[in-house]
Amino acid sequence: MSSTETPPALYAAREPVFPRRVYGPFRNLKWVIMAITLGIYYITPWIRWDRGPNLPDQAVLVDLANRRFFFFMIEIWPHEFYFVAGLLIMAGLGLFLFTSALGRVWCGYACPQTVWTDLFILVERWIEGDRNARVRLWHQKWDLRKARLRLFKWAVWLLIAVATGGAWVFYFTDAPTLARDLVTGNAHPVAYTTIAILTATTFAFGGFFREQICIYACPWPRIQAAMMDEDTLTVAYREWRGEPRGKLGTPGAGDCIDCMACVNVCPMGIDIRNGQQLACITCALCIDACDDVMKKIGKPRGLIDYLALTDEPRERSGLPPKSVWSHVFRPRTILYTVLWTAVGVGLVVALFMRSPFSVTVAPERSPLYVTLADGSIRNIYEVRVRNQHGDDRPFRVSVGSTQPMTLQIEGIEGEVVTIPADTTQNLRVYLTAPDGSQAALTPRTEVRLWVEDTKSRDRVSQETVFNGKGG
Amino acid sequence: MSKKPVATRAEPETTGHVWDGLREYNNPLPRWWLWTFYITIVWALIYTILYPAWPLVNRATQGLIGSDQRAAVRAEIARFEEMNAPVEAKLVAADPNAIAADPELANFVRNAGAAIFQTNCAQCHGSGAAGAVGYPNLLDNDWLWGGTMEDILFTVTHGIRNTTDPDARFSQMPAFGKDELLTPEQIDQVVQYVLKISGQQNDAAQAAAGAQVFAENCAACHGEDGKGMREVGAPNLTDAIWLYGGDAASLTATVTNARYGVMPNWNTRLSEADIRAVAGYVHQLGGGEAPANP
Repeated sequence: MSSTETPPALYAAREPVFPRRVYGPFRNLKWVIMAITLGIYYITPWIRWDRGPNLPDQAVLVDLANRRFFFFMIEIWPHEFYFVAGLLIMAGLGLFLFTSALGRVWCGYACPQTVWTDLFILVERWIEGDRNARVRLWHQKWDLRKARLRLFKWAVWLLIAVATGGAWVFYFTDAPTLARDLVTGNAHPVAYTTIAILTATTFAFGGFFREQICIYACPWPRIQAAMMDEDTLTVAYREWRGEPRGKLGTPGAGDCIDCMACVNVCPMGIDIRNGQQLACITCALCIDACDDVMKKIGKPRGLIDYLALTDEPRERSGLPPKSVWSHVFRPRTILYTVLWTAVGVGLVVALFMRSPFSVTVAPERSPLYVTLADGSIRNIYEVRVRNQHGDDRPFRVSVGSTQPMTLQIEGIEGEVVTIPADTTQNLRVYLTAPDGSQAALTPRTEVRLWVEDTKSRDRVSQETVFNGKGG
Repeated sequence: MSKKPVATRAEPETTGHVWDGLREYNNPLPRWWLWTFYITIVWALIYTILYPAWPLVNRATQGLIGSDQRAAVRAEIARFEEMNAPVEAKLVAADPNAIAADPELANFVRNAGAAIFQTNCAQCHGSGAAGAVGYPNLLDNDWLWGGTMEDILFTVTHGIRNTTDPDARFSQMPAFGKDELLTPEQIDQVVQYVLKISGQQNDAAQAAAGAQVFAENCAACHGEDGKGMREVGAPNLTDAIWLYGGDAASLTATVTNARYGVMPNWNTRLSEADIRAVAGYVHQLGGGEAPANP
């Protein structure tokens, strides 16, 4: 076993994988999910949404230049980025929930690497034939036919890759305009570079790297073990039913007839009968393949199935299996669901409660106060008002304090400032307390600055502090 | 095939290494991974040939493509100067009093002026323009030489009491004590008088005597009512703002030794656009005055 003379090689060539076509409910589910996810990805930037004359009419738009994010009726400004953070938290918790309930269900069904690889394999099968034809073609010497098939396949892959990179850039600027500019060569170099990079990654990852991305590059498979436990449903082989495997009709043999169907359909090139393993993305295609064989040989389905670790001892001892629901509903998944819902409800509430304009008050701290000629004490505040309306709005700035104070705005007569539509403006606001007043002599006085939209009567305020002499 | 189910699991290949009975699984890296290492080595070599890299005796190799970070910075500065050129031209051509009303110019002086202020003025006037003892606070509404846009522009351009610009603002307070123009008693009296007219605690008898001293020696510049005179930069002695301190000891020191604050002329160091930008910035800090009606 251990031979120190010839150490094993540190590097090995990739074993090519030729997944065979498979039919069944999980395969159909994967087709549906592929159609939906790719459809959303490619079509979304082309959906129009009327927001009035001054705003873009693209339903989903990440406007980096103007620092706006549009999502249908929702418009997010940079100071509201917590909505995006909240969505990311929800995505994370959702991933935890699904992983603790169904293992690597994200990897198997929804991950872009899986979806695009699936699409590329589909193209491969259409052009080069199913598994056996592809294996033959692989071993065959290069000739005209092989070159033609390979070039045709790569060309179609490249088209898909270009469309993938192309769709990405449409999310960041007006899609019809950009599409025209791209074709006429007038688009920004960044757009072409982005398309080129994403085309290259899609082409390489979907066409050539495939399962190696999941095994070597992706961190998620390493992390998710922390979210799985003995009740997590993963794709597994009922070895207590299948073993000892042998040809159909062998006396004393289990249900597994060693037909290799599960191995041949696996896009990761593994044998699920070796048990749960690092490379398995739980795409469930082996379940479809095995069920098909079991049907043909007249055995019950489910030799390979979604199973939890706790199922094995129960089934071995002849107890009835736990239902799927009793696996899925357990404190861990319920906790994740509650957290996910709480964040979601919080975000929706915050979305409906947010004001169409917002204010940030920053008191000047160098110096804390200024003594004016008549001995009165002035504090300076930088008040940032963001008018998120589509029209110009007059805003009234006022001070709420129990102490007598006057308010002035630099460069403006009175207390009303008109801020143009969809604009942020910084106001230099002065509060002045008369000489000898309590606020002028107290180190800190709490004050509240109010900003009122005089058109809609919406008011927002922010508490701040007035620094006086003394202390 | 063994009868025991667990043995049906394929035995993983091991490297043959055994430590205390522990065996190491053989999981060779993919071959292309090795190639990426080689590619990075080749890339590094190419990079060190194209870009400045290998240290020699006096300086490092300069690289074949002539990459130079200093040149890149110079180009970047030139690019921004070109971008700002139109608004700077507009600023220089504008009526100084009209700058605040023009949104584009107001925005420019607020931001560019702040940067110029932090680079050139903050050393004396402070990063918040609040000044210090001997360096005027630019946030308040009291000005030695005037607080209109034109006044500030002149002060920044020519400076105060410097020897490098003949147009600098100039005045000189006599050192009444040091040069024995006043006796110590008279100085005490006039200090009490100044305390009185600025509304502070004072010795009434001495202040009354000091009124005469003030009228004979100080009123020429500070005015009969002590409210100062901007033509000669004489401060208002009746308000709450003191450049060198308003208590008896500080006032005595001022009257005895006089004060001689100096500000450089910026017309030899800053461009006209920069001077206008920083003057506009100072004007909008809170104390800026409207132009006198013509």
